[in-house]
Amino acid sequence: MSDNLQQFVDLLPQLGEGILVTLQLTLGGAVLALLVAFTLGFGSRAHTRWARVPSRVVVEFFRGTSLVVQIFWLYYVLPLPPFYVELDPLACGILALGLNYGAYASEVVRGSINSVAKGQWEAAIALDLSPVHRLRRVIMPQAWPLMIPMFTNLLIQLVKGSALAAYISLHDLNFFTNELRERTSDTIFSYTVGLLCYFVVAYLLTLAMNALEVRAKNRLGTGPTLREVLRLAPVQTTADVGAGGPAPAATTASKGGDRDG
Amino acid sequence: MDETSAWSWEHAAAVLPDLLEGLQITVLATVVGMVIASVLGLVVAMVRRSGLRVVTIPVGFLVEFIRSTPLLVQLVFANLLFTQFPSLTIGCVVLGVHYATYMSEVYRAGIDAVPKGQWEAAVALDLPRSRTWGAVVLPQAIRNTLPGLGNYAVSMFKETPFLFAIAVVEMYTAAQQYGADTFRYMEAITMAGLLFLLVSYPTSLLVRRLENRLA
Amino acid sequence: MPENDTTPAIEFQGVVKRFGDNVVLDGLDFTVAQGDRVTLIGPSGSGKTTILRLLMTLEEANEGLILIDGDPYTHEMRGGKRVAIPDKRRSLVRRRVGMVFQQFNLFPNMTVLENIIEAPIHVLGKSKAEATTIAEALLDKVGLAEKRDERPTKLSGGQQQRVAIARALAMEPEILLLDEVTSALDPELVADVLGVLRNIAETTDITMLIVTHEMQFAREVSNRVLMFDKGKIIEEADPETIFTSPTHERTQEFLRAVL
Repeated sequence: MSDNLQQFVDLLPQLGEGILVTLQLTLGGAVLALLVAFTLGFGSRAHTRWARVPSRVVVEFFRGTSLVVQIFWLYYVLPLPPFYVELDPLACGILALGLNYGAYASEVVRGSINSVAKGQWEAAIALDLSPVHRLRRVIMPQAWPLMIPMFTNLLIQLVKGSALAAYISLHDLNFFTNELRERTSDTIFSYTVGLLCYFVVAYLLTLAMNALEVRAKNRLGTGPTLREVLRLAPVQTTADVGAGGPAPAATTASKGGDRDG
Repeated sequence: MDETSAWSWEHAAAVLPDLLEGLQITVLATVVGMVIASVLGLVVAMVRRSGLRVVTIPVGFLVEFIRSTPLLVQLVFANLLFTQFPSLTIGCVVLGVHYATYMSEVYRAGIDAVPKGQWEAAVALDLPRSRTWGAVVLPQAIRNTLPGLGNYAVSMFKETPFLFAIAVVEMYTAAQQYGADTFRYMEAITMAGLLFLLVSYPTSLLVRRLENRLA
Repeated sequence: MPENDTTPAIEFQGVVKRFGDNVVLDGLDFTVAQGDRVTLIGPSGSGKTTILRLLMTLEEANEGLILIDGDPYTHEMRGGKRVAIPDKRRSLVRRRVGMVFQQFNLFPNMTVLENIIEAPIHVLGKSKAEATTIAEALLDKVGLAEKRDERPTKLSGGQQQRVAIARALAMEPEILLLDEVTSALDPELVADVLGVLRNIAETTDITMLIVTHEMQFAREVSNRVLMFDKGKIIEEADPETIFTSPTHERTQEFLRAVL
């Protein structure tokens, strides 16, 4: 075991690099996914068929074809004729992760916007706010806190999906794990270390997202400030966050205002 | 090998039998994986409800750990560890265990959604614990969990290609092998992707309909 | 802008509204004069709320025209055909109409003051200082001056509804639509809200269209009552007459049930 530790310490610089690559994939993928999510999410709600139909098709396409297929398609097929596009492996990974999880996240965007109470839209119309203004100042500030917990789930999924990078020649955390195993010939040790590293990354990202959620809710006037939460120690919501898996987390309960005729 | 044409329908047709054979493995892994996930997930959900901290804390940690670490790494790990079992068996079990952590949340939500009055009525009727669970709570809870089960089955189907890492010849691996043999990655991988879409999209529509019917 | 005293503030010409097969308004004609306070009464489902929602463009009529101060609102006749008016032009007319909702619908992401000044600044183009001065005067009027920096979620239902009234008034509407504004309130909070509305009725000449179950309030504030049944006006009179000696059988039944 002490031998293992020695090898582990020797490999620490590689571990740092591996985590860095995993984080680059994660953050790059997340930023791209967010862009994709808002574009397709709003596209799917558009009144004009010309925006709605293509958005739906793109969403279903990237959700329906597997992430594994997508990443290897970009890696193996894109450099071939007729495309001749040879992407840097990191770009390849970020693109696949961003498009795949962006498609899932667009459903979160759509669902969250739809679940803002109908009366809020109506009040904004009654005050004659312009359509863009309605969305920006009234609806989005209320939809955003609903999106965050589901975005957190997807972000963790994205971290997990990023482990594919080792198979497109990137030296990420997964690659490092295998490297450690080859050096120590101890499967249990090296994989426990590798998985724990992933766990820590996921845990820290979850904490950061929870902080974001607390802040967003506080702005809405429905929760404590981040400072209050931190003072009270453990974040109340951690137990509930992380529920749900890759695809399905996108369903949100809709609460509509009641009215009579 | 034909370098000039971008897309060859002959290769697209030639890879199809391999892919369909792979699809059988993919479906098999999904079905077996989901059976394991459904049963184990329910066990986990009930254990976590037991309130015995000696059990709930370690189980809770384990669930959190499995859920937030990559399936891909878990597959390779298990495959290296249990060399005596065939890769497909290991693949099914790891998929099942990984998804059991998701399913346990689905069950938890489903059980929580059973109105409190149902428990109280069971107490008022003096039903034994086993009847309360077996005849009152679970039948209602499981109905609540059907859409979640369907959704996870679809997403597990789309994650079976991870089994390429432990050399199980499911649909993606079949495509990969054809590509390596013929250098026609274009047709092989594209066709595999389209077949995934062809199966998963209609299935997810069915699940959505189920969801609306039960809602 | 009111052109002259004879142009009605609101005019419905043969308005039909259907939800699927359900005809809610069946060729409705009626006018409301400038400064009128009209209460719409009738059983639920009789189309009262739909009239307010049409006037706020929350619903769209299937047939007929709606005029505000004689100006076409959502549709106009052009070459003998009924055509929709684009949103930019609707918005200019909509600016003259304000609405207070049953569920208040205050924006939870803004403070009380921010709720009130949002539209005056961004729609009417007022400066922040001017909008704030007006908002503070209105908050004073509804008795909530000290709540200006609170979040709406921290207020009682009655207080929220008073803020919503101030928010609607800050747009200086010529027409104010009140859609069952006390129905969602606990009984002890109703009086404050009605007091505020009574005060507005006494001190301004805003045209008001009121849907309410508070018959006493309707009697005090309005000068005209329209009784609706199945999407048609079946009786119309001043409040004294309609509450003391209704002529139509359905009106008598309805009033017996609610009074």
